[in-house]
Amino acid sequence: MTEAVLPKERITQERINDFEEVVSTYSEEEAFQEAKRCLQCSNPTCILGCPVGIDIKRFIYQITQKDYQSAYFTIREKNNFPSICGRVCPAEYQCRKACILTKKGMSFASEQAINIHFLERFVGDWGIESGIDILQNKNEKISKFKVAVVGSGPAGLCCAGELARAGVKVVIFEGLHKLGGVLRYGIPSFRLPPQILDKEIDYLNKLGVEFITNCIIGKTKSLNELFIEGFHKIFLGLGAGVPSFLGIQGENLCNIYSANEFLTRINLMCSYDFPQFHTPINVGRSIVVIGGGNTAMDAARSALRLQKINGIPPNVTILYRRTEVEMPARRLEIEHAKEEGVNFRFLVQPKKFIGDENGFVERLICLECKLGEPDSSGRRRPIEIEDSEFEVKCDLAIVAIGLLANQILTTVTPQLRTDKYKDVVVDTETMQTSIKNVYAGGDIVGGEGTVIEAMGMAKKAATHIITGLLTSNKLCKFF
Amino acid sequence: MKIINKDIISHYNNIRIVCLEISAPDISKMAKPGQFVVLMVCKEGERIPLTIVDNNLEKEIITLIFQEVGLTTKLLGGLKEGDSLYALVGPLGNPTEIKKYGNVILIGGGVGIAEIYPVAKALKEEGNDITTILGVRTKQLLILEKEMEKFSHKFYITTDDGSYGKKGFVTDILKEILTDNLTYNLIYAVGPIPMMREVSELSKPYNIKTIVSLNALMVDGTGMCGCCRVTVEGKTKFSCVDGPEFDAHLVDWDNLIKRNSMYLEKERHICNLLK
Ligand SMILES: Cc1cc2nc3c(=O)[nH]c(=O)nc-3n(C[C@H](O)[C@H](O)[C@H](O)COP(=O)(O)OP(=O)(O)OC[C@H]3O[C@@H](n4cnc5c(N)ncnc54)[C@H](O)[C@@H]3O)c2cc1C
Ligand code: SF4
Ligand code: FES
Repeated sequence: MTEAVLPKERITQERINDFEEVVSTYSEEEAFQEAKRCLQCSNPTCILGCPVGIDIKRFIYQITQKDYQSAYFTIREKNNFPSICGRVCPAEYQCRKACILTKKGMSFASEQAINIHFLERFVGDWGIESGIDILQNKNEKISKFKVAVVGSGPAGLCCAGELARAGVKVVIFEGLHKLGGVLRYGIPSFRLPPQILDKEIDYLNKLGVEFITNCIIGKTKSLNELFIEGFHKIFLGLGAGVPSFLGIQGENLCNIYSANEFLTRINLMCSYDFPQFHTPINVGRSIVVIGGGNTAMDAARSALRLQKINGIPPNVTILYRRTEVEMPARRLEIEHAKEEGVNFRFLVQPKKFIGDENGFVERLICLECKLGEPDSSGRRRPIEIEDSEFEVKCDLAIVAIGLLANQILTTVTPQLRTDKYKDVVVDTETMQTSIKNVYAGGDIVGGEGTVIEAMGMAKKAATHIITGLLTSNKLCKFF
Repeated sequence: MKIINKDIISHYNNIRIVCLEISAPDISKMAKPGQFVVLMVCKEGERIPLTIVDNNLEKEIITLIFQEVGLTTKLLGGLKEGDSLYALVGPLGNPTEIKKYGNVILIGGGVGIAEIYPVAKALKEEGNDITTILGVRTKQLLILEKEMEKFSHKFYITTDDGSYGKKGFVTDILKEILTDNLTYNLIYAVGPIPMMREVSELSKPYNIKTIVSLNALMVDGTGMCGCCRVTVEGKTKFSCVDGPEFDAHLVDWDNLIKRNSMYLEKERHICNLLK
């Protein structure tokens, strides 16, 4: 079997000086070589591993035939944003893990597994560059209907795209001043350049989707007002925007950020370019990041870049309470973080922050942990070791231990049923919420997930919204 | 988001207090006393919170009043009538609980006077007896005097330099009032943190419910970042979604003062560049 083809990456010493993209898109030749490695299995297990069921075998075959247009359409049947997902999907836990070339019993994909995500990205970028658009599949019967989409993260964008393609009039309401949700304010540009996101939004524009930013549903307008304004159905893609904190002493000292705040200041407010951009960010000489997910990796790598840009010797340490195997982050990001010089310290439980006389964080007191039995997530539970207390010096700390449901809308809309995590409850068949004609999807349903899962839910909701509109159309005719 | 009207309502040495009337149909429909907006002056700008001082439903206009202190407020003060903001979102935060309390003391310090104005208006409409204490450094910096006087049964003014009203601080008046034999049911105070803190310390022994509106630093203003967190009764609260009003007796003032000075150095740097 030939070796897997990996895309080019910028050399470490160079890339840590800026926020430009690290991984390149395959060249045609690279894509061809990688695609040729695919066995074209008669029973393609990879597809089962894809949350939206892309016909992976087929699009890879089409690449080997250099029929990129067909490959593009094959992916777009199931996935609206291949250029985005090809960059951010945790493929090693999904399609690549399910690929026949992954050794049995691995907790993530083997190196040998086909690099499906890089191929997807190649096709997606080809689609953007060649400017081909997915044709509208207008259904005249529903073109008189209006749907409001709340939130412009991947869930909202995907749902809007599906509806607009079917000819429905869609208006997206976004609370922030820019579109994209986590894709804009969370995921750094060295992983997902904003231009890629802009292209996908442009496409929605072309389909006639209207965008209203700076409008928070539940604050600026109520859900009910949207119905009064003439929207027939509403989709909620509110996301899991609320950062969790550790709840330990000293957590509100100066220079302790949530990853969301740190990343928002950088990505959305461009504070790496202070004072040209006016939002400040503090940098710090020794930075700790607490957590083991993508958010922690993104925060750590961004922090390291800020240190470089500000002429401070890089010194960023990730503290995680389990070990590397249990880290939920994409493997590639863990590797990238290591290459770039981020330190890792495993089996650590933070207990208390201590500050200096000005109220700035100075030290973090931690306990060492060992791994116990697996918990409900299937990962081995960390157990604190008594009397193992030790200190980590830090003048800036970033807490990246998870996100909770955005509650801005749900707290003022009691009819909207939520579960104990304050996530919106939906009928999993139709994605309809407890309010008729209101649907939901993405991280607001079922908690923090992935871009592709958010899109999968949005797509399902869009299908049912369209069916609903078609039947209500019949009813209209009846009367 | 367009500026309909702009007034410099106070000008003293280098200090200017500016009043902007901004066209904001959706916000004006929803705004209640105690709520705020988050705005950006330009696309490079910061997101800053400002209290909605007044709203005119008919004209679909909201009023903002601010003192030019940092870069953003200076840029904002530099806008002209007809200019538009880059971003404006709201109304954010929880509204003040407006009801009949009985005897209410309202205390405003500096531009904090603007922030107690909508609350004074609403509390008056509910039939409360209002005692107002306004404090400023010097006479020229006094704003909304006439308007506030209108709502007040008793009305006091203090200036640090004695140029108007009584020389001293709002807390000097508060001390006196608290020793008279009336019962007060609520104190509502907005102003510089040291002022709010002292008000809180004075009212605590009397067990009078004391509400303050905290001016924590913010980014999104929707609970998404935690920049605005404050420590209240030992617990972490997000000022933008849990506040901005809190029970003064439970606020960790030290923590708030320190967190609010987190970017002082950066702020100085950027303001120097402006010069
Ligand atoms: C730093 C970070 C890195 C990540 N990395 C990856 C990765 O590599 N791969 C991956 O698959 N996933 C990743 N994720 C997870 C992924 O980004 C989310 O699962 C996904 O964005 C969820 O999409 P969404 O549309 O549900 O919500 P969001 O992306 O959160 O978007 C919700 C949007 O709705 C807006 N909104 C909320 N309430 C209202 C309201 N009431 N009115 C108007 N607007 C409102 C918000 O402002 C926001 O823009 C990452 C997450 C973070 C935070
Ligand atoms: S399982 Fe792997 S080898 Fe088989 S078709 Fe899918 S990608 Fe190709
Ligand atoms: S300002 Fe971001 S959470 Fe309050």
